[in-house]
Amino acid sequence: MKKKVIAIVLAIALVAALCVGFAACNKKANNNSGNDELVIPSDFKIGLITLHDESSTYDKNFIDAMRAVQQELGLSNRQVLIESGVPEGNECYQKACELAEAGCKVIIADSFGHEQYMIRAAKQYPNVQFCHATGTKAHTENLNNYANAFATIYEGRYLAGVAAGLKLQAMGKTNAPKVGYIGAFTYAEVMSGYSSFFLGVRSIVPSATMVVTFTGSWYDLNAEYDAANHLIVDEHCDLISQHADSLGAPNACEEHNVPNVSYNGSTVANCPRTFIVSSRIDWAPYYKYVITQVVKGQAVAKDWNGTLQNGGVKLTALGSVAPAANTQETLDSVKAQLEAGTLKVFDTSKFTVNGQNLTTYLADVDDAGDFVHETEAISNGYFHESELRSAPYFDVEIDGITLLDRNYGED
Amino acid sequence: MINNKIHEPLFHLTKRTTGGSKRAWALRAIAFAVSVLVCGIVTIIIVAVNNEQLSQAGRYFEEYSFEQYFLDFGEGVFGSPRTIWNLFQETAILLIIALAVTPCFKMKFWNIGGEGQVLMGGLGAAIVIRFMMGKGYSDGLIIFLSLLLAIGLGVAWAVVPALFKAKWNTNETLLTLMMNYIAVCLVSFFVAKNPTAGSNTIFFDKGGTIPPIGPQEFVGKEFVLFIIAAAVITTIMAIYLKYSKHGYEVAVVGESPNTAKYVGINTKAVIIRTLVLCGVLCGITGFLLVSAKDFSLREDTVGGRGFTGVLISWLGQFNPIFMVVTSFLVVFIQRGSAKVATYQAFGTSYPSVMAGIFFFFIIAVEFFVNYKFVFREDIQAKIDAFNEKVKLTLSKNKKVEEAPPVVHIQAGEEQKEEPAQDVVEEPASVEESVKEEK
Repeated sequence: MKKKVIAIVLAIALVAALCVGFAACNKKANNNSGNDELVIPSDFKIGLITLHDESSTYDKNFIDAMRAVQQELGLSNRQVLIESGVPEGNECYQKACELAEAGCKVIIADSFGHEQYMIRAAKQYPNVQFCHATGTKAHTENLNNYANAFATIYEGRYLAGVAAGLKLQAMGKTNAPKVGYIGAFTYAEVMSGYSSFFLGVRSIVPSATMVVTFTGSWYDLNAEYDAANHLIVDEHCDLISQHADSLGAPNACEEHNVPNVSYNGSTVANCPRTFIVSSRIDWAPYYKYVITQVVKGQAVAKDWNGTLQNGGVKLTALGSVAPAANTQETLDSVKAQLEAGTLKVFDTSKFTVNGQNLTTYLADVDDAGDFVHETEAISNGYFHESELRSAPYFDVEIDGITLLDRNYGED
Repeated sequence: MINNKIHEPLFHLTKRTTGGSKRAWALRAIAFAVSVLVCGIVTIIIVAVNNEQLSQAGRYFEEYSFEQYFLDFGEGVFGSPRTIWNLFQETAILLIIALAVTPCFKMKFWNIGGEGQVLMGGLGAAIVIRFMMGKGYSDGLIIFLSLLLAIGLGVAWAVVPALFKAKWNTNETLLTLMMNYIAVCLVSFFVAKNPTAGSNTIFFDKGGTIPPIGPQEFVGKEFVLFIIAAAVITTIMAIYLKYSKHGYEVAVVGESPNTAKYVGINTKAVIIRTLVLCGVLCGITGFLLVSAKDFSLREDTVGGRGFTGVLISWLGQFNPIFMVVTSFLVVFIQRGSAKVATYQAFGTSYPSVMAGIFFFFIIAVEFFVNYKFVFREDIQAKIDAFNEKVKLTLSKNKKVEEAPPVVHIQAGEEQKEEPAQDVVEEPASVEESVKEEK
């Protein structure tokens, strides 16, 4: 009996040793020199914490950007640690600590609810740089190793809205067409998104109106699918866009052959008939920025904004069938105006609230959990979105947009 | 000797009646080793397929070796003091849940509602913390009341199916399973009514939860409570099942309800009493999950552990000490695999797949533990001859002074010193074993 066990164990060990040997032979040398100026030490590690894995477009966007930066800077798989499926709870704190103990010099988390746990971990590991995308507290928390980042994605949304407006025009729906929008929660990030999208549509079709419905979840395939169906069948919307992370809404649009403007990545593979364009945040410039600063031993900005100029805000390639003929040219010219600053998305002369143009608005920029709107955001004729902190705070309900329901996700 | 007219199958199976537990445990250990190895092979294949796609797309990729696989795996399990504490904490959580459902299973009451019972415990704790935190009540009071309500709701979720079973003999499997979903919906409702901005979770960060135990430098301060609780509950449960009158009654009700009736055991009372005990333990687990580990509540706070606990209870043969080992091994595989997934960006499903491979082997080996192959005489003769040859070569090569006992190739045969006689004896022993089976 004993012999039998030993024989089997030995046999297994032999096979394992052989496999190790073969695998070792296959090992490829990779001498990606990458960035010339920046020499990244071989023990440098970067950690990424994501809420879901690549099955969610939102998290996929973060992971893909990380892979791109890894390739560009010549980092090995040992140096890039990606923790997916980390819930917005104490697990996030635990994972952040584990990553810090594994030797990560930079740790980035991607979901809004991760923030308080990242701050806790940042206090515990003062020598590690913690970054949190979409967060709001870095400028008030004032930790040297904790930073927020976002992007002026409202500019991207505006451009996507322009593409949608051109599509409506091409469909001949210039007389008060109705746009449908599916949001996750009724809060600033989403409101800023649909408002800028709507203003983009209106810049082409001034009589357009929009209805918005909320699912109360960032990722809910069925709820987003049902919401899109509702908007198409019951609300008779001519075009759909969404700010939620699953393929639910694009799929529903493809079934009904209703054009769709996506977010966070192209859905052309799944929805070739109806996909127009998608705006997305490209996190690669931010990753590169943080890595550079940390390797050089310099401070990371408390609030970083991806923009059209620095490559943080991008539009995907246009769909093959759905977009109107002159879309690309128009987008290029509008983009140039936005980059030059001659066109402001939230120009107060372009929208009204209760029939009035806004001249003053106090936004909730210092997110102390009090929901007190304390900071003046309008001056020089436009709403200064993402300038006072990176995360959006435009939560004005403007005329022309009807909220079918609300899901505040707040106390 | 060989009857050509009657077709005899190549081999048949008989139930094993002899063969000690040593052999069984050796087989299980081998199954575990093989499962880890297969996990490694599957992983290497996945990486190879991934790399093929990456290289075609002109993207960066790295070869992955077995060596590196085991290094990563080991880092996930024993990488730092925190990961080790985490490992034992996760083991403790699974263990308590498995222990909670064990007396039910021993009683042949198929309680697969551990998930819901723990979740209701968590909900009970969450309700108290939600409405009392930050309102000037002392932490001690909130903790005490949240524990009470957690136990209360845990017991409620366990005792309802027990009452139905005792009163009307309803199917407890269906009822406990369905009540899981009710629990999930209730938690979902509670969270939706009290959400914290932009996420489907309710957080408790304003006191009312159990503080870390021990000094600031102590890494295990956030983990140790669960481990202590598991140690205490395991000891008590082991004694309760083996030495107490209650434990005996549970066993009798499970083995033979008629015997129970005959010796005057009140079966209904035993069912309800046992399920109350289960509910208490589940309630405590839910309370600890919310108040000592997550400091939050959401739909998947329990995260399937209620169901894994059932498996662990079964694999541990309802023996609390064995269950310590099985729950540790499950967590070992999950956490090791999770680290591999971190380096390879495999996503969230990979550790579950690996745990599935582990369960496959561990469950499959029970077949070899319980049954043996009996080969047709001619085949048996060939096997014996082969063994003899191997034995000869081995003794020649190694020049061993004492000839080692021959090891049979087929799984499950006891050691036989004299293979030459086996051929003659075999038919009789086969008949015997067939009789025994009947």
